[in-house]
Amino acid sequence: MLNFVDTVADAVAEIKDGSTVMIGGFGNAGQPFELIDALMDCGARELTVVNNNAGQGDQGLALLIKEGRVKKMICSFPRQSDSWHFDAKYKAGQIELELVPQGNLAERIRAAGAGIGGFFTPTGYGTMLAEGKETRIIDGRGQVFETPIHADVALIKALKADGKGNLVYRKTARNFGPIMAAAAKQSIVQVSEIVPTGALDPETVVTPGIYVNTIVKVA
Amino acid sequence: MSIETSIQTSATPLGRDDLARLVAKDIKPGSFVNLGIGQPTLVSNYLNADRDITLHTENGMLGMGPEAKGEQIDGDLINAGKIPVTELPGASYFHHADSFAIMRGGHLDICVLGAFQVSATGDLANWHTGAPDAIPAVGGAMDLATGAKDVFVMMTLLTREGASKIVEACTYPLTGVGCVTRVYTDKAVFLTGPGGVQVRETFGCTLEELQELVPVPLTAAPAVVP
Repeated sequence: MLNFVDTVADAVAEIKDGSTVMIGGFGNAGQPFELIDALMDCGARELTVVNNNAGQGDQGLALLIKEGRVKKMICSFPRQSDSWHFDAKYKAGQIELELVPQGNLAERIRAAGAGIGGFFTPTGYGTMLAEGKETRIIDGRGQVFETPIHADVALIKALKADGKGNLVYRKTARNFGPIMAAAAKQSIVQVSEIVPTGALDPETVVTPGIYVNTIVKVA
Repeated sequence: MSIETSIQTSATPLGRDDLARLVAKDIKPGSFVNLGIGQPTLVSNYLNADRDITLHTENGMLGMGPEAKGEQIDGDLINAGKIPVTELPGASYFHHADSFAIMRGGHLDICVLGAFQVSATGDLANWHTGAPDAIPAVGGAMDLATGAKDVFVMMTLLTREGASKIVEACTYPLTGVGCVTRVYTDKAVFLTGPGGVQVRETFGCTLEELQELVPVPLTAAPAVVP
């Protein structure tokens, strides 16, 4: 069921304590700042957040972490020059970290949306990030078994949506958006523009509307 | 002239820019390449347009152009280091799972990475010091190390304390096993693989002098390796 709502507050109102929330974006590109701010205001706590990073500077995901709303981060690259809120929480033992090589993170998200029960990948084989995981030699290469990452909710930023929920993105802001939209039970998308059904060329649609539940236009 | 001195191609060690120029020269025209964050990024300064080399960035783009300046800066167009970049004619965008399928699937010809250590058999350590208080961050390093057809490392040969970064076995946590094919340093270019460590050329030292710095057996590469 596709809903168009008027405010970001309405868009995130159903997110509950303890939810697993995928948040699109790579660094700030594609990060849905307005939806994250609304998530902050709605008060949900004990969140598990899936994102490539663990927040930059003093905005978006970084603030959610600062306010102690995130119980666990699943990400590939938490440590950056301006990730001070995550750094402080991590060093204080107040946030759990599951560190995943970036391609495994992306493929685990993709697998969830595609109904795959897991996959073997050479990435990480023989490293500490494969410790405790099942391994096999396939075609002469060591491979590690990785499982899908499902989510209750995905917060995504796209450029445009049409009346059917079809999405197009802009440049490298696309990043995790399409795979997170498929992996989450509820996909909440902020867009810069909503166009009439039929106004997007079907050949250029990146995320088909079947993956999208809620759309909100932000300024 | 002995073999040892004939592979010395520079009277002095190479600076970072000269090394970047050398790596660029060794990338074949038409290649698809990923340049890691830090020193490898310098290589892009020497990839002339007439060589038709396509740069991949892990965050979902082929055909990445130079760093964006002034009015070109667009927050939606960044590279793996989160620096604003530009797009070249013929560029394409794709989502993250596709971007890493390009790596893992063996579609990239070369990636160039920095390193803390490279072992005699081509193991790479470049993501984590393993220090108990360090916050680990891996990003795409393991995928690149595992997926590209050739993995080139660019680094200084010695640490600040004077220890060789080419080692018998890595003491830092591994990024990938047996993945590095070539190591470009300020003092020499090394070829790593099942045949042990071969030296293609040296800069400002002879092979014998180099051997005194590096704790694994070195041999001169048998022929000119392009």
